[in-house]
Amino acid sequence: MEAVGLDVLTWMVDFLSGLFVDPFFAVARRPDKLVQILIQGVSAGVMYSLIALGFVLIFKASGVFNFAQGIMVVFAGLSVVVLIEAGVPAILAIAGAVVVMIVMAFAIERLVLRPLVNQDGIILFMATIGLAFFLEGFGQIIFGADPKPVPVDALMIPDGKIKVLGGLLGKPVRIYELDLTAAGFGALMVAAIIVFLNRTKIGRALRAVADDNQAALSVGIPLRTIWVLVWSLAGIVAIFAGVMWGAQSQAGFSLAVLALKALPVLILGGFTSVPGAIIGGTIIGVGEKLGEFYWRGVMGDGVEQWLGYVIALIVLLVRPQGLFGEKIIERI
Amino acid sequence: MQGHVQTAEVPAAARPLLSVNNIEVIYDHVILVLKGVSLHVPKGGIVALLGANGAGKTTTLKAISNLLRTERGDITKGSIEFAGEPIDHMNTNELVRRGIIQVMEGRHCFEHLTIEENLLTGAYTRRGGAEVRRDLEMVYAYFPRLKERRTSLAGYTSGGEQQMCAIGRALMSRPRMMLLDEPSMGLAPQLVEEIFEIVHRLNQDEGVSILLAEQNTNVALRYATYGYILENGRVVMDGDAAALRNNEDVKEFYLGVSASGRRSYRDVKHYKRRKRWLA
Repeated sequence: MEAVGLDVLTWMVDFLSGLFVDPFFAVARRPDKLVQILIQGVSAGVMYSLIALGFVLIFKASGVFNFAQGIMVVFAGLSVVVLIEAGVPAILAIAGAVVVMIVMAFAIERLVLRPLVNQDGIILFMATIGLAFFLEGFGQIIFGADPKPVPVDALMIPDGKIKVLGGLLGKPVRIYELDLTAAGFGALMVAAIIVFLNRTKIGRALRAVADDNQAALSVGIPLRTIWVLVWSLAGIVAIFAGVMWGAQSQAGFSLAVLALKALPVLILGGFTSVPGAIIGGTIIGVGEKLGEFYWRGVMGDGVEQWLGYVIALIVLLVRPQGLFGEKIIERI
Repeated sequence: MQGHVQTAEVPAAARPLLSVNNIEVIYDHVILVLKGVSLHVPKGGIVALLGANGAGKTTTLKAISNLLRTERGDITKGSIEFAGEPIDHMNTNELVRRGIIQVMEGRHCFEHLTIEENLLTGAYTRRGGAEVRRDLEMVYAYFPRLKERRTSLAGYTSGGEQQMCAIGRALMSRPRMMLLDEPSMGLAPQLVEEIFEIVHRLNQDEGVSILLAEQNTNVALRYATYGYILENGRVVMDGDAAALRNNEDVKEFYLGVSASGRRSYRDVKHYKRRKRWLA
């Protein structure tokens, strides 16, 4: 009996030190690895944020959790790729994808949102699940089911790597130019969206609709126009996300599943906050990569798969509106 | 109309700014809410629409501003005219452009926007930044309290301030006519008086015509020029505000005063009214 107790005890000690002590030794041994992982985490986080951003826009303006956001990313990415494959210049291909996404926004407003106006959020959510299935089938008819490589050269996305900090850390750290581009464009896009929401008349109207759509209607804000606008905007964000995700691996329908990775990001950052999507994405991205590398020894492979959800769960217990979500205003 | 108070019809020369002609409203294709309501608001007038809960006051206002459709309501009979033009089946956005705007019951401010942003959304249908700025100052002149709180989130302001914000927001659209739904709801008597005083000044100084749905019959009839009483989706009585105030039935049913002195509204309830008015 005593021997078994001792076994359990040593195992516990090993496990806990594996979780909370060993990683620090590992960092001390190879500081360059830590920096490398942090950079990888941030760039993964930017990618998650790009998808989360589309969710936030639609959730803010119409209170709909858009399950179809992932497939919209695939749709947008494939539109660009197919147009370039057909010999259209890159700029025009992107413009073409913008048109595709705007047409899609009009169609969704007309066929899905309008008949369901004033229904519960859960009904609209179900409708977007249906929409996701429809778009997946429809997309495979148009684009074919096979994943396609993104023509990085035609889009003029740099895909080399830069080595930095070699002198300081002993071994150089690699940064992929693709990640840098994604981060740069992502930051630009977020800045543009924040300015649009806070400084323009239409942005203000959009936030008004998010708060109280009946009242917005009563002061003469046309809900349909706002909805088309916000779905178009989410579509345009999706083009960027689709191209960047596609450039990392391939543009194909399996990418739609990645949209689920945006869920913990949304819970962490808050469903209604644009900066929240970015910061949430970064935290989840970095957390996952750190966990994957330093906890692999004690937890086994695949830490990356679930750690984000655990982080989200903990946040949910402490702050249900997320780190940056709108305050839940209670009047007493 | 089968009113007890005999008053002359609205003079034909002064054509009413708004006329609602015998409208019937049905919700969800089955629930008949308004059973033929007619009313007129003259240019520059304050008209009160009185009645108990569920009488159809809000539905009447929403029929005019066409907020009905989002609640699955439909005008099935009758017509509505504004400045001589038929406006039923025009959407709300178009109506606001034409100068008719509703201030909804229960304030409905945009909680996560500041007071100033709330006011600015009222100008959504307008162009021209300079003019909008000027009107913002005008609203602040009418509601100095809003100016003090311009940067606070509307959700954190008091009920009175929210009501002011809602009225100010409507004012930003430069309306010719405002439909006020229950502005006194949930406010202290002193604040109610303050808000009605401002509404009165808006009517006098800015020439905004007002259709006012109220349960607070006493206050409404002091500020209005004309009144309609709704019961069960019908207009059961209408007349000049002064005449309504002195009418024995109105006194008894709505003001809680009768020939035999003050009495509880509870004791005179429906059976008696039904006998006299609806039989």
